[in-house]
Amino acid sequence: MTAPPALRPGRVHEVGGPAAWAFAAVQAAQGRGPVLWLREAWLAEMPNPAGLAGFFDPARLLLAQTRNQTDTLAVAEEALRDGTVPFVVIDITQPLGLTEGRRLQLAARDGQATGLCLIPEGAGSNAAETRWLASPLYDPAPPSGGADSTLMRWELKKNKSGTSGLWDVRWDAATHRLDVVSPPGERPQPAGPPG
Amino acid sequence: MWFPRLASDRSLRARPAEGPFALALTQENAERIHCLSAKAERLGLQRGMTMADARAYCPDLVSRPADLPGDSRFLAMLARWATRYCPWVGLDGADGLVLDVTGATHLAGGESALLADMRQRLARAGLSVRLGLADSRGAAWALAHWAEGIAPKGHVRDVLAPLPVAALRLDAPVCDALRRLGLQTVGALMATPRAPLARRFGPALMQRLDQALGDLPEAISPQAEAPHYGIRLTLPEPIGRTEDVMAGTARLLDRLCARLKAQDSGARVLELTLRRVDQASQTVELRLAGPMRDPARILPLFRRGIEAADAGFGIDQLRLEATLAEPLPPEQITRAGPARQGAALDDLITRIGTRIGLENVQRFLPADSHIPERSFLIAPAAFSRPEGAWVSPRPRPLRLFAPEPVTATAPGPQPPRQFRWRRMALATARATGPERITPEWWLEDAAWHSGLRDYWRIDTRQGRALWMFHTPQAPGWFVQGEFA
Repeated sequence: MTAPPALRPGRVHEVGGPAAWAFAAVQAAQGRGPVLWLREAWLAEMPNPAGLAGFFDPARLLLAQTRNQTDTLAVAEEALRDGTVPFVVIDITQPLGLTEGRRLQLAARDGQATGLCLIPEGAGSNAAETRWLASPLYDPAPPSGGADSTLMRWELKKNKSGTSGLWDVRWDAATHRLDVVSPPGERPQPAGPPG
Repeated sequence: MWFPRLASDRSLRARPAEGPFALALTQENAERIHCLSAKAERLGLQRGMTMADARAYCPDLVSRPADLPGDSRFLAMLARWATRYCPWVGLDGADGLVLDVTGATHLAGGESALLADMRQRLARAGLSVRLGLADSRGAAWALAHWAEGIAPKGHVRDVLAPLPVAALRLDAPVCDALRRLGLQTVGALMATPRAPLARRFGPALMQRLDQALGDLPEAISPQAEAPHYGIRLTLPEPIGRTEDVMAGTARLLDRLCARLKAQDSGARVLELTLRRVDQASQTVELRLAGPMRDPARILPLFRRGIEAADAGFGIDQLRLEATLAEPLPPEQITRAGPARQGAALDDLITRIGTRIGLENVQRFLPADSHIPERSFLIAPAAFSRPEGAWVSPRPRPLRLFAPEPVTATAPGPQPPRQFRWRRMALATARATGPERITPEWWLEDAAWHSGLRDYWRIDTRQGRALWMFHTPQAPGWFVQGEFA
């Protein structure tokens, strides 16, 4: 099994689906340096630092609360162009136009920073480098026997410089590693009781 | 220079009142007179009297609450004013100033002319003052408090001799004891042998006497002038282009930063005031994420604010002030270290802050609570450092939201097999729990009025892993977070 391709630096990517936040957290965990998370202040859902701690150190996280999407995009452009923060997560609430998407790409190219937009369903921009769909999967046999399964299906639906694909992955919080799991049909079934 | 009625004079200056006047201050469980006007004093009122008694004596007494910090600020202002007579001005208690006028009296035309000038100016300002001038600080204090006037050079002993012993700045018990011994005046004290007095009252009495007579030196500690970080640039012709204003700001910044550097401090909040030809003025405020004094780094941060300003018919005066400065000691120059990275991040936070407000760039700090929404604090990133360890005994969800009720098929303390949440039909595949969390009764929180909660992690057959809780005291199931 090949691992899912890493996000190309200097570009802006998109991820949607119910497990988009976990996707962002895994990507942040694989980098170093501060992580900037942009969200509109009125949104009900809040990143939980105690939950993020399973992926990366929450001390790396900077949270910017904006009034509306215009501010979010302006701050995102500023941060990407600056390049001090290597990974910027942008919580998008309305569909992005081609102009906005392209501006973000140019800013990311200038600052060599990676941007990741969390998009609602069907709100992607054509300017995105890759578009992922992340959805959680029910894990009938989690490795540690229960409580912390993070089995997800990552589907690469659009890729400007490569092929698309589909991976089932699981985040290992103890070793901070992403394990690729075989697709369901080929998965080893739990062995029956001997005899 | 003694201001016997500093507080009430200040209050009357701000708002004059007819008739007797007093300032009330709560001391020893009663409202007492803190300071009173001369008219009130003539009616028999005195300091420390309760306000109830004072009103009984004098029904038409006007009173206001006392403002001690305001009074000390006013005294500091008077100290600044007094530097017009001599550079060496110190505070003396809460209602006095001490000036070292040595070598400065001839500027006012002699000692008596100096005192007359002071008295006239202060009277015009509505302040009652008592002045004393002598060779030593102690003697001047005694004169100001007990017998206004000037002690001629070398005749301090003659002037002080008839004054009561309290003129030596002694504590009340010591004064009482001396009076009981028959030593009423300073003169009597001077005539008494020193050794028995020192044995009886300790060295402080003799020290005060020597200070008054000028045998022991006593220093005046002048107030250090707070550094002022304000700079102005006036232009002969109005300007309007952004580049021109930026160039003007650059000049001001160079001078301001040099001043900051001399004081080893950095600016935290900068205010650029642009005055237009038509006298209207606009202020561009720049709040920095960290103290800074590097003009090359600060200047680009002003661009956004200056571009937004309206030049109108042109700007003819620029004024730059660091309204908040913080200590910034010099650091060792390294090639590329964490310090450099931090500076770049501070710059970015400042730039983002000019757009969305500096307090909206935040970071999480761990807090000591089991309540999920109180297990972290959100602090402005510019005013906090990342610190503390994140430990959670149980897995916590990645996203957290306000509890949302679910409609379950069979309500009960056990997790429902099937339920609807956000218009999705979900079926429980695995439930891990419960983890009981009780409300913090010492904090009032409306969200926790339904009592204790049993938290479960519910893995649904559809894939989503939810953080749900059941409230046994008010049966119901809610979703508060999601593990993805």
